[in-house]
Amino acid sequence: MATLKFSKTHEWAKIDANIAVIGISDHAQKALGDIVFIELPKIGAKLKANAQFGTIESTKAASELYSPLSGEVTEINKELLNNPQWVNESPFERGWMIKIKVENSNEPSSLMDEAVYKEFAAKEAH
Amino acid sequence: MDNRVIFDKTTPGRKTNYIKKPDIGIKKPDELLPQETLRNDLILPSLGELDVVRHYTNLSRLNFSVDTNFYPLGSCTMKYNPKINEELAALCGFLNIHPYQPEESIQGALELIYNLEKILREITGMSRFSFQASSGAQGELTGMLMVRKYHKINKSKKRKVIVPDSSHGTNPATSSMCGYETVVVESNKDGLIDLDKLSQAIDNEVAAVMLTNPNTLGLFEENILAISEMVHKAGGFLYYDGANFNPLLGITNPALMGFDVIHLNLHKTFSTPHGCGGPGAGAVGVNDKLLDFLPCPLVNKEDEKFYFNYKVKHSIGKLRAFYGNFSVLVRAYAYLLRLGKEGLPRVAQNATLNANYIKAKLKNYYNTASSKSSMHEVVFSCVKQKERGISALDIAKRLIDYGMHPPTMYFPLIAKEALMVEPTETENKETLDYFIEAMLKINKEIDDNPQNIKDAPHHTPVKRVDEVKAARNPDLRWQCKKIGA
Repeated sequence: MATLKFSKTHEWAKIDANIAVIGISDHAQKALGDIVFIELPKIGAKLKANAQFGTIESTKAASELYSPLSGEVTEINKELLNNPQWVNESPFERGWMIKIKVENSNEPSSLMDEAVYKEFAAKEAH
Repeated sequence: MDNRVIFDKTTPGRKTNYIKKPDIGIKKPDELLPQETLRNDLILPSLGELDVVRHYTNLSRLNFSVDTNFYPLGSCTMKYNPKINEELAALCGFLNIHPYQPEESIQGALELIYNLEKILREITGMSRFSFQASSGAQGELTGMLMVRKYHKINKSKKRKVIVPDSSHGTNPATSSMCGYETVVVESNKDGLIDLDKLSQAIDNEVAAVMLTNPNTLGLFEENILAISEMVHKAGGFLYYDGANFNPLLGITNPALMGFDVIHLNLHKTFSTPHGCGGPGAGAVGVNDKLLDFLPCPLVNKEDEKFYFNYKVKHSIGKLRAFYGNFSVLVRAYAYLLRLGKEGLPRVAQNATLNANYIKAKLKNYYNTASSKSSMHEVVFSCVKQKERGISALDIAKRLIDYGMHPPTMYFPLIAKEALMVEPTETENKETLDYFIEAMLKINKEIDDNPQNIKDAPHHTPVKRVDEVKAARNPDLRWQCKKIGA
């Protein structure tokens, strides 16, 4: 059973065994507005937790994407690169960005679960 | 107005013949030029002379500039550029000189560069300036390349550059261009650098901290001396992004705040024209630590003679051809001579007063990004308007209908629904009041007729554009249909 976790920088990670799928939260896509461009890492890239893994651009601004977990990129959502609007339409499903092989099984416990994140995001909106 | 491009206005065969055909023999191009240089496939439009004149005259009337309208584009310092600057830059002694002329024949131009540098040194407290860079961003690159070379020569292992989350986008870009990892430090609640977070981020691997002061929220970094001490203790440099230097002119200076290397945007603070890629000038100043790293040549003086000095020990080399945008330097020098020591602080004071006047008049209607008092610009956070269904973008578009350039939008990133307003010192009270009145009317219109704001602008040749489509599927080039096809 996959667990959904969130980072303070508004990325989510769906973790199933040692594979994590990563994207940005609904709150983040709403704050950014219409997404027009996404840059993702190459397969095989080694990511560090809280370090930049890509770039996301909306009509308002360009922002960095930070990896919630450390690990190696095993897959990227190639179709998303041509359909950046999926991040707005479906941030948790079609809008997924990368899959990584989780390096440190203790790391996910440092992330927020959904209820805590919702509270965190609501606070940040004000 | 007819918005077609001139190629679409063509009527095959139409032309104007005011000039009588000469009665001497005319050679055709293929008799004069080699065959391989001739082409027949250019599709040039055919129009009457009057059609062409109207086409370009009407296009020219669409120009929007600080000479026509109020232009409160935050962080850009769109002040009026006195016309005397243009007259002086157009003097034939300046206009007609060539970069390959011998030094003896351009002593006046060299003296101007030398004197301008002297004034800027006095204003900023820096030891020397280079005028090579032709923009603020290139100035940043110049400054940080010097920092990198300094660290390399001193064999100090540096890999990081720290910027605040309110920084101009060019700061992290410069850091990346120089091969450094950029570390972003969050601002505190007031919108200033968080000293605790900064001290956590600083270690011996930090090459430099890049700051704008006042920062992009228009706030003075009160802890600048503590910040300077922290950076220097760790063996790093403090870089000053001079984009917001206007409110400090003649009041304080970057050297007093501990900055080691700075750039000034002569096209912002010193009233030389902006826009469309230049020509600008990013004057780069350094203290004694970086003197040996400046780009060459510098203008030096010896025995009453001015000359180009190429002997800079660890110079990072050249950033562009020749000596920078010289005519921009003439304008900046004219501006400085006209204002003098007494005039400069008045520029800073009036720029600050104008921004705070707008803030005071609007703060009950639009939230401000910080409760601290502003300097030369004020950042509004249009969250109350957004809750009522109108975004900062909509407000910006509606301002165009009032004949004003929109303020900078959605920047800095740390302010939500940001509108960044920088009126500059050159606007009178009536103009500021007109802007304030427009902002109040728009705020009221949100309740009365929100659709009218969402559809704005109404009075422009091009109405609201689909920005999402333009960004996702850009159509950047007009494509020629075969004439007659």
